[in-house]
Amino acid sequence: MASTIRVRATSNGDITEVQALIQHPMDTGFVKDAKGEIIPPHFIQQLTFEHDGKPVFVADWGAAVSKDPYVKFSFKGGKKGDELKIGWIDNKGATDATSAKIQ
Amino acid sequence: MRARFMIRLASVALVLAAFCAGARLAFATETPDPVADAKAFRDYFTKRFPKVKLEDFVNGPYSMNEDMHKQWEEKEQFPPYEFALEAGKEMFSKPFKNGKTYADCFADGGIGVRQNYPTFDEKEGKVITLELALNRCRQANGEAPYSYVKDEMASLTAYMAFTSRGKAMDIKIPDDPRAREAFQDGKRFFYTRRGQLNFSCATCHVQSPGERIRAEVLAPALGILNAMPIYRSEWSGMGTTSRRFTSCNSQVRSVPLEPQSDEYRNLEYYLSYVSNGLPISGPGARP
Amino acid sequence: MIGSKHPHALAVASMLLLASLSCAHAEGSEADFKTAYAAADAAEKEAGTLRNQWTTTESTLAAAKKAADAGNFDRAVALSKEAEALAKASIVQSTSEKDAWKALDIR
Repeated sequence: MASTIRVRATSNGDITEVQALIQHPMDTGFVKDAKGEIIPPHFIQQLTFEHDGKPVFVADWGAAVSKDPYVKFSFKGGKKGDELKIGWIDNKGATDATSAKIQ
Repeated sequence: MRARFMIRLASVALVLAAFCAGARLAFATETPDPVADAKAFRDYFTKRFPKVKLEDFVNGPYSMNEDMHKQWEEKEQFPPYEFALEAGKEMFSKPFKNGKTYADCFADGGIGVRQNYPTFDEKEGKVITLELALNRCRQANGEAPYSYVKDEMASLTAYMAFTSRGKAMDIKIPDDPRAREAFQDGKRFFYTRRGQLNFSCATCHVQSPGERIRAEVLAPALGILNAMPIYRSEWSGMGTTSRRFTSCNSQVRSVPLEPQSDEYRNLEYYLSYVSNGLPISGPGARP
Repeated sequence: MIGSKHPHALAVASMLLLASLSCAHAEGSEADFKTAYAAADAAEKEAGTLRNQWTTTESTLAAAKKAADAGNFDRAVALSKEAEALAKASIVQSTSEKDAWKALDIR
């Protein structure tokens, strides 16, 4: 199955800018479906970006983050060609991971 | 209870006020003149917003507000409609149970044709929109039609719009009185006040583009369909033209008509024709 | 507020208010409800043929029915009369807009 994580990392001298779009329902657990039943909470709890074996961005998320979240951040110390590892785990224990090269 | 009386009074008062205002003006005869209408439409918006380039009108509220434009430029680097677009591409190439595909129903295999819709079908004597054509394709090949307001139709039209990106809107009105009447019907709908809030499409998109309705910045009517279908943050998802028409109507407290009813098809015909020449920018993203 | 810009509207609004106040004393029985609801429903159906119904008319009709089901006929009659007024207003809107739309036309 295709990865849920779409990522683009671009190097700008010393700074690497990372953008990621993640496909996930991020259900809050407060919304009812057409039958009137609660859609159970289903959201990413932790999202991690790693470079050179070290985490450069860690997000602890909850129900307040919207569906298909978009993340953008910058970090120092990366260079063109380096590998960036991305992974998430949600409240149901499901995970996904991918990697991308810094351009 | 007093509140309800006041609302009832306000409703009637509003309607009467509109009636009185209308009665004071002299009315032009109603012979359809699409060419003149399109020129007047374009001139109205370019005069009102002289700093906006003609092709930028298709970006709706983002062309009306500099701060929003910056945010939109950033958003376009990694747009929220990517998932729907990918799904649409997959759906478009997947064969029906009988082995045929959508490509068999359209000119040029359905690639780069979105800017030609809606068309006027002279055999049927009616306007055919892209959404309608897609569902007819499905039904002609033994498949159940999609809902006009849900994800599947949005994904399919997103892909087709994407293959036409940059191409100029190119709606044709054949030399047929029924086609001119369909155009005129769409124009009438656009300017007719509806719902308890007594708004017409023009009330927001001709009289107040760039201004706010609650927290939203209003888009100009020129080029307003060029970005369809759109990923709306408000919907947390992709929505078709049908979804926008029906939801806009219910927002002014007008009971929406059926998606792809004659009125909506003709409205789409009118709005697309008067935006001829402007580029297709779909699929789009909106607040 | 409305009166300063639209004197005609204020006159009509006043007449409506007087009419409403006098109606407020009428008592509701199931038969009264049935009559009031039928009138409202007929007006809403007419608005339907004009393809110009209001969502608030629909919700008021539903509320009227709900009140009647709960046995509260006073409220059900009042809501039915309100729904009828809303439906009739939507018909007036549709009729006047047949010509009034031209006032908004860019040309």
